[in-house]
Amino acid sequence: MSVAIVDYGSGNLHSAAKAFERASRDIGSAEPIVVTSDPDRVARADRVVLPGVGAFADCRQGLDAIAGMIDALENVVRKKGRPFFGICVGMQLMAERGREYRVTPGLGWIAGEVDRIAPSDPGLKIPHMGWNTLNMLKPHPLLADIPLGPDGLHAYFVHSFELKPSQRGDLVAQADYGGPLTAIVGRDNMIGTQFHPEKSQRLGLKLIANFLKWKL
Amino acid sequence: MFKVRVIPCLDVKDGRVVKGVNFVNLRDAGDPVEAAIAYDAAGADELTFLDITASHENRDTIYDVVQRTAEACFMPLTVGGGVRTVDDIRKLLTCGADKVSINTAAVARRSFVKEAAEKFGDQCIVVAIDAKQVSQAGEKAAWEIFTHGGRHPTGIDAVGYAKEVVALGAGEILLTSMDRDGTRKGFDIALTRAVADSVSVPVIASGGVGNLDHLVAGIRDGHATAVLAASIFHFGEHSVREAKVYMAKAGLPMRLDP
Repeated sequence: MSVAIVDYGSGNLHSAAKAFERASRDIGSAEPIVVTSDPDRVARADRVVLPGVGAFADCRQGLDAIAGMIDALENVVRKKGRPFFGICVGMQLMAERGREYRVTPGLGWIAGEVDRIAPSDPGLKIPHMGWNTLNMLKPHPLLADIPLGPDGLHAYFVHSFELKPSQRGDLVAQADYGGPLTAIVGRDNMIGTQFHPEKSQRLGLKLIANFLKWKL
Repeated sequence: MFKVRVIPCLDVKDGRVVKGVNFVNLRDAGDPVEAAIAYDAAGADELTFLDITASHENRDTIYDVVQRTAEACFMPLTVGGGVRTVDDIRKLLTCGADKVSINTAAVARRSFVKEAAEKFGDQCIVVAIDAKQVSQAGEKAAWEIFTHGGRHPTGIDAVGYAKEVVALGAGEILLTSMDRDGTRKGFDIALTRAVADSVSVPVIASGGVGNLDHLVAGIRDGHATAVLAASIFHFGEHSVREAKVYMAKAGLPMRLDP
């Protein structure tokens, strides 16, 4: 039993690992959290976390740079159907393609692409940087016991691009920033958050705890 | 919806908080990690460490502080002070910083901002601008960039510079008025507004906060999206939560999670 956090040089790796360790302790989970760049360990994991910050193309390049990592992810997430959690650019990589700087292929697990956010209010600044509440579009086990909606808890966002799923059913939650923004996508055994759960205090730790308990 | 951020800033020297933080009963008022934990609990929206370590040998102390903070606090952390190379940025981010703030190095070499943004993404590159008013009464308002804690004039116009670094990839501007810093007279609203209205990215107002109305004015009149303050929080005059409740009552959108 293990939770693999994929190490491909992403800047938020340390923070993500610490948050998963903390949430794991909080719920008394016995599954060890393993930070690894070894495709075999990823392929054998019971849960997989893909962190990510920075530019889409740069992150894709980072994954490609580890021989066998994309295959390992395909194997463990798509074939074996183990619970998967993508964070920020790790979530965006689930899309078919990204349009940051240039068109770059994603993993293609969620139909849709990653494009620049365009708030309807020109007074709103980009990047969307700061705290926002979440509006749930469909119930999901990861959102259990988390107060949502305008009076609910906040999540921490830092991004200029968002994943726009082409199938409405893949949208789990949105945030409002001059119009709706994709906050959480989910399909089968996969979940991805645009915001940073590792930086979202209570909401983040709870979400991570729910992921660690997620039974498919 | 968009929420205003309140950001306490801690000056850190050789791994210790300068002057200490006295707002709660910390076991060690000089430990940045303990202060960070207390601010996290008080509802701070982000935290900023400004490393003012002078000697080269002690530069590594900040990495240890950032790493220990990231282990204990699950909130956004920005680190500035002495960030000069892509490698400095990489180390800080790897230790757990979410954003780094670049000051003198960007003034000296603008292309550094572009290199950094392309490497790590513009969302984590903050450019810190220290500005002083140089126009006289009756003239069109103008502010100039100063470096080295406000001692070195550069001749560079602050508003023009802000636009330039944003075009190069800065994802946020941390704007400090050197005229107001330490005076407790409030932000330089005209400066804040001139910069905030000229750039597309978030602007953090800094320098001069003496009371909670100043925080409100920075957002409402200065058009900043976040406010940074040090002493009003460090010495227990106001808690971060008190400040946020006050700002919410003034009509600003605040995050008031329990």
